[in-house]
Amino acid sequence: METIPLTQLAIGERARVISLLATGQQRRRMLDLGLVPQAMIEALRKSPAGDPVAYRIRGAVIALRREEASLVTVTRI
Amino acid sequence: MSSTGSPREAHVAHIERFGIQLQTPDDLIIGLAGNPNTGKSTVFNALTGLNQHTGNWAGKTVGSAIGHFHHQQRSFTIVDLPGTYSLLSQSADEQVARDFVCFGNPHVTLVVTDATNLERNLNLALQVMEVTDRVVVAVNLMDEAKRKGIRIDIDKLQAELGVPVMPIAARSGTGLAELKEMLLQVAIGAVSPTPKPLTYSEEVERTVAALLPQVEPLVAGVLRPRWVALRLIDGDDSVLAALARYTEEHPTVIQTGKVVVPS
Repeated sequence: METIPLTQLAIGERARVISLLATGQQRRRMLDLGLVPQAMIEALRKSPAGDPVAYRIRGAVIALRREEASLVTVTRI
Repeated sequence: MSSTGSPREAHVAHIERFGIQLQTPDDLIIGLAGNPNTGKSTVFNALTGLNQHTGNWAGKTVGSAIGHFHHQQRSFTIVDLPGTYSLLSQSADEQVARDFVCFGNPHVTLVVTDATNLERNLNLALQVMEVTDRVVVAVNLMDEAKRKGIRIDIDKLQAELGVPVMPIAARSGTGLAELKEMLLQVAIGAVSPTPKPLTYSEEVERTVAALLPQVEPLVAGVLRPRWVALRLIDGDDSVLAALARYTEEHPTVIQTGKVVVPS
């Protein structure tokens, strides 16, 4: 089971959250947005500039910047 | 949850801290919390009708709506808190919601959840349950969930959470009479919710146990010491700032910092 940073998930792919590398308030924020281990996440679309990317997380669409997404490790499903 | 014939001692809400006007001094105060897009405002409108007005939180550019309704000859004031995913993050919205739930001491905090997206919504419900026992969870949009083929086992959810869970469809008014009755029962102490305590990792629990003897004398009677200890472990200074702001004699002596985990 290969773990990758969320930034490597292509549009249309789905994955499961493995861990968060963020700490402190940023980690809290991510957890509150539903990014908890085992949560399903799907890359939906890119903004015109390629950053941020919209993800579906537990029934809500949430945009993450590249620097945030790089702190989430996932495994493709 | 337990029902008792005689109400427990009168609960005092600290609404004056938030500049909220009551219709009568005996008003029962309801704080209305929920994620964004759960139909929270629909619930608010359905409960209060046109009997509402808007205000601003002191010192914050966060709007609030305050409404009133009557049920069983009792007068209720309901405060619509900002829609948030959490009580623990640092945006102005979240701090307003947290401060009201923690320091406004409402008779009941009503957490509105979305039946079509329950898993996401329970985060906030669990966070509120860590702060106070006086919680009622409303599962809204039951009609939409049914259309989507989602079935929700309300009894099971209620047993798992330990607080009253009320299915509603605010748009059509379904379940609102029962919801009002439950708010009354909890507000007057005839029903006592007993939220299931959340247990964290062994390391966190050990640290909480080590902190409690110091935290308890400082916050007892204001906030649940366990909750304050958990925030100290988080390193959340804003909770301490709020403690100092909303309580007079309390604790500028608490500081966050390195926690030594006892082994």
